[in-house]
Amino acid sequence: MSKVSLRVAGLKVHYRTLRGDVKALDDVTFAVADGETMGLAGESGCGKTTLGKSLIRLDGRMRHVDGTVELDDEELPIGDTARMNDFRFREVFIIPQYAMSAMNPTRKIGKMTKELLESRGVRFETVRTELKRRLELVGLAHDVLDRYPIELSGGMKQRMVMVLSTLLNPSLLVADEVTSALDVSTQRAVAETLVDFRDRGFVRSMIVITHDVSLVYQIADSIMVMYAGKLAEKAPTDVIVDSPRHPYTQLLISSLPEVGVKYADKRLTGIPGSPPSLLDPPAGCRFRDRCPLAFDKCSEEPPFVEVEHGHYVACWKA
Amino acid sequence: MTVPSVDQGVDTKVDRVPGARREALYFALRNKKLVGGLTVVLLFLVLAVVGPMLTAHGPREYVGPPMQPPSSEYWFGTTTFGQDVFAQFVYGLRATFRVGILGGGLTAIIGMFVGFTAGYRGGLVDETLNMITNVVLVLPVLAVLLIISAYLRVRSVEVQALIIGLFSWPWVARAIRAQTFSLRSRDFVDLARLSGVPTRRIIFGEIAPNMASYLFMVFILLFGGAVLFAATLDFIGLGPTEGISLGLMLNNSVKWSALQLGMSWWFIPPGIGITAIVGAFYIMNVGLDEVFNPKLREM
Amino acid sequence: MATTSLAGKPEAERCCTVDRVSMVYKIGAFGGTDLPAVRDVSFEVRAGEVVSLIGESGSGKTTLGKMILRLCPITGETITVDGVDISTFKRRRLKTYYRSVQGVFQDPFSSYNPIFKADRVFSMIKDEYFAEVNAAEWRRKVAASLEAVRLSPDEVLNKYPHQLSGGQLQRILIARALLLDIRLLVADEIISMLDASTRIDVLNLLADLKAQGLGILFITHDLSLGNYVSDKTVILRRGRIVEMGAPDRVFGNPLHPYTKSLLTSVPQLHRKWERVEAELAAGRAGLTGRCIYHERYPNGDGPVGLDAERPTLAEAEDDHFVACFQADGEETC
Ligand SMILES: Nc1ncnc2c1ncn2[C@@H]1O[C@H](COP(=O)(O)OP(=O)(O)OP(=O)(O)O)[C@@H](O)[C@H]1O
Ligand SMILES: Nc1ncnc2c1ncn2[C@@H]1O[C@H](COP(=O)(O)OP(=O)(O)O)[C@@H](O)[C@H]1O
Ligand code: SF4
Ligand SMILES: [Mg+2]
Ligand SMILES: [Mg+2]
Repeated sequence: MSKVSLRVAGLKVHYRTLRGDVKALDDVTFAVADGETMGLAGESGCGKTTLGKSLIRLDGRMRHVDGTVELDDEELPIGDTARMNDFRFREVFIIPQYAMSAMNPTRKIGKMTKELLESRGVRFETVRTELKRRLELVGLAHDVLDRYPIELSGGMKQRMVMVLSTLLNPSLLVADEVTSALDVSTQRAVAETLVDFRDRGFVRSMIVITHDVSLVYQIADSIMVMYAGKLAEKAPTDVIVDSPRHPYTQLLISSLPEVGVKYADKRLTGIPGSPPSLLDPPAGCRFRDRCPLAFDKCSEEPPFVEVEHGHYVACWKA
Repeated sequence: MTVPSVDQGVDTKVDRVPGARREALYFALRNKKLVGGLTVVLLFLVLAVVGPMLTAHGPREYVGPPMQPPSSEYWFGTTTFGQDVFAQFVYGLRATFRVGILGGGLTAIIGMFVGFTAGYRGGLVDETLNMITNVVLVLPVLAVLLIISAYLRVRSVEVQALIIGLFSWPWVARAIRAQTFSLRSRDFVDLARLSGVPTRRIIFGEIAPNMASYLFMVFILLFGGAVLFAATLDFIGLGPTEGISLGLMLNNSVKWSALQLGMSWWFIPPGIGITAIVGAFYIMNVGLDEVFNPKLREM
Repeated sequence: MATTSLAGKPEAERCCTVDRVSMVYKIGAFGGTDLPAVRDVSFEVRAGEVVSLIGESGSGKTTLGKMILRLCPITGETITVDGVDISTFKRRRLKTYYRSVQGVFQDPFSSYNPIFKADRVFSMIKDEYFAEVNAAEWRRKVAASLEAVRLSPDEVLNKYPHQLSGGQLQRILIARALLLDIRLLVADEIISMLDASTRIDVLNLLADLKAQGLGILFITHDLSLGNYVSDKTVILRRGRIVEMGAPDRVFGNPLHPYTKSLLTSVPQLHRKWERVEAELAAGRAGLTGRCIYHERYPNGDGPVGLDAERPTLAEAEDDHFVACFQADGEETC
C-alpha cells in the first residue's frame, strides 16, 4: 500500500463506570493507507464505536489509558479535548451512530449548517457554492436547507449529514453505522455516495463501521474485524471474505445467508455462546470460550501479527 | 445542529434499566441539591409535627401581652392582639403541609387520569379531553376564585386543596399524555394486548411504572406549587376561615401594618417558611432530574 | 407441549387468508391528508408454510401484520383465519383468537418492559390464559417451550431484559407464543436488530417450527433472509403487491422492475453490486418496454388475488404472479 494516513498504536481506552472500568479497547494497533476505505465489523458491543470516537473525541466517561494515534505523521492529542478541537472537522470527522436522530428538530438545516461552520471559524459564505454543488451531487435539492430534519426521509438525512461532515475535506472520515437503519435500496445509495466522495477527493481515507460484513464487502478496500475490545483480523476485502484465517471471522462469514441459499439445501449455523464481559475480560484469547479450535496455548494472549502481506491475525492457529 | 458533538446515543441506553435503580439511589445520595432540599423539607416537617407539642397555646388564643418581640416565653413574639407567633407558625406549617399533600395529590390524580386516558385511547377521547384541558388552562383562575370565594362562607384547608386541584391539573395531564403517547407505541404494549391483558391493567401495570420517576418528580413539583398557590390564596384573603396557615399569617401581618410598626417577628417566620419550603421542593426537583437523567449526571 | 398439537394437522390446510384489505392512515393537521399504507392486498398463509413479506420501509408490511394481529383495524374486505372472519372480534372472542395467532416484533429491547424481569411475558400469559394451571406444571410448560427455542431456563429466567442478548430476547418471545396453541405466527422484522451470529439461529428456529406445522408470516426488508426460510415470497411496494410466488421463481427470475431493483441493492457476499446488476439486466432484457400484466389483461380486468373483481396480479408462470410494471399506485402503463 501507499503512504500511511492513519496509524494507531497500542491504543487502550476504558469507560469509567460504577462497577469498574469497561475495557472497551485493548491494545489496538493498525494503520489505514492514504485513499484506503477500511470496513470495521464485529458483534454489537465489541468496541467499534469506541474506536471511532477515540480518534476524534473522548466523551466524559472515556479514559485514554495508553497508546497513540497519528494522522498524516502528526500525533493527535486524543486525551486533550481542547487541543483536539483544531483537528476535528478539518482533519478527522465522525458521522456518529444515530446521527439522524441527533439532529436538532427545531432548527432548519441551513441554520444548523451555518452554526456548525461558524463554530469552527469558517464563514458560511465561503463554502456556500461548494455546499450547493455537493447537495446536487447526492441528489438533494437546494431547498433542503430551508427544511427541518423531520421533513426528510432517513436516506435524505443521512446524505445531508454526509455532505455536511465532508464539507471541509477532512483527511479521515469515520462513518459509524450510517446505513444500518435504512432499507436496501437507500442503503446502497448511501454506501455508493461514500465511495463517490472518496473518489472525488472530498475525503482521503475512510473507516466505515458496520455490523454488516456484506455491506463493507461492496465498498471497502480492506476489512478489520474486532472481537470483545480487541482486533481479530485485518486484511484486504477479498481475503477476509474468501479466505479468513481467524476462527471468529470464519464463523461470522459462514453464518451469513446469501440470496439463493435455502434452509432446506444448506443449514447455516450461528456462533454459539456470547462475547465475554469487558468489565473483567478473561486472560488469553478472548474468543477462547466459543472457539472450536481452542487449545492449551490459547490461554496466552495471541499477538496481532502480519501473516501475509497486509493480512494481520490474532490467533495461535492462524 | 448537534451532529458534530459526536455520538450521544450510547449513554441513553443506560437509562431506565433496573440496575439503574440502584444506581439512581447512589446518585441520589450524592446529589447536593436533592439532599439539601430534602433536609430543609424534613426539618420543617419535624417542626410541624412536634412544634405544637412544645407550645401550650392554640394559634388563635389571646395569650399574652400584645406586640411583644421574641423572648424566652414567646419565642417568636406576639401579634397585635397578643397571639403567640410561634404557635401560629407551627400550626401554620401543619396546614401548609396538609394543603401541599392534598392539593398536590388531587392535582396529580386528576392530571394522571386525564393524561393516561387521553394518551392511551387517542382518537375522539383524546380530542375531547384535550379540549377540556385547554379550556381549563385558559380560564382566568383568579377571577373564578374570587367568584367562588364570594359564595363560600366556610373555607377550610380541604376546600383550598380542592380548588387547587381543580385548577392546576391541565399541565400535568398534558405532560403525562405526551409521555403515554410515546410509551404506547412501544412494542411491549402491543405484546400485552396480544396477551389479552385488559386496557386498565396495561395503563397501570405496564405504562405507569415506566413513568414512576417522572410521576414522582411531578408530585414534588405539584407539592411546591400547591403550597405557593395556597399562600397566594391566603394572601389575597381567600385563606381558611378557621385555623391558621402561613399565608394567613402574612395576610394578617400586612392587614395590621406589622411592617410599619416594626413588628418584623410577625411576618419573617411565615415568609421564610413559605420561601424555604417551596424553594426546597423546586431544588429537589432539579436534583431529581439530575439523578434520573444520566445525561445530566456529573461523573 | 404446545407445538406438538400442530403436527397432526393436514399439510396444505389454509390457515390465514388475507383478501383485498386496505388501510388508509389519516395524517397531517386535523387528519386532513390520506396516506394509503396498504392497498388491495391479498395472499394466504397455509399451515406449515413460511410466507415472506418483503418491501422497503414504509411499504406497509408492519401495518399488514398488525391487521392480522388485530392491533390495527381491518378495512377493505376481510381477513379470515381458519375460515372465520376476524375483523369483528371483540374482547372475549379476541382473547380466544390470540390463543391461536401471535406476533413477535422487530425490536427485542422495546418488546420488554424495561423495569420488569423478562419472564414477565410468560406470567402474563399464565394470568390471562392458564390461571388454573398450578405453579409446578407451569414451570414445566415454560421449560419445555424454552427448550423448543433452544434456551435453557437457568440461563434466561429471572433476569432483566438488559441482562440478555437480543437473540435470547427474541427467542423468549417465540417461546412465549408457543405456550399457546398457535397456528399462525406473525414475525415482524424479528432479526433485523440481531447480530449475524445469532440471526441465523432464529431463522433456523422458524424453519423448525414450520416443519411442525406452524404457519409463519415472515416480514423483512432483507431479501437474502426472506429467501433462506420461505416457501412463498410476497413483494410489497407502497402498499401494493407487485410480485408474488415461489422464492426461486421470484428471486431467480424477477419480472417486475421493482423486484429487480431491490435485488440489485442487496449487499451480497462474493458478488459485488455491479455484477448482480449486469446479470439481472441480462435476465430481464426481453422485458423492456413490456408489461406482462397488460399483455394478459389488455383491459386491466384481471382477477384480484383470490376472487375476480378488480385487477392486480397476472400469473406469468406456474406459481409466479406479477402486477402491472407501472404499479406504484396511480398510473397504469
Ligand atoms: N458510556 C459508556 N459507559 C460505559 N460503558 C460503555 C459506554 N459506551 C459503551 N460502553 C461499553 O463499551 C463496549 C464497546 O461499546 P461500543 O459502543 O464501542 O460497541 P459497538 O461495537 O459500537 O457496538 P454496536 O454495534 O452496538 O454499535 C461495550 O461493552 C459497551 O457496553
Ligand atoms: N400509526 C400511524 N399513523 C400514521 N401513519 C402511519 C402509522 N403507522 C404507519 N404509518 C405509515 O404507513 C406507511 C406504512 O407503514 P408500515 O406498515 O409501518 O411500513 P413498513 O413496516 O413496511 O415499514 C408508512 O408510510 C408509515 O409512515
Ligand atoms: S487463539 Fe485459540 S481460542 Fe483464540 S481464536 Fe485462535 S484458536 Fe481460537
Ligand atoms: Mg456502535
Ligand atoms: Mg415495519
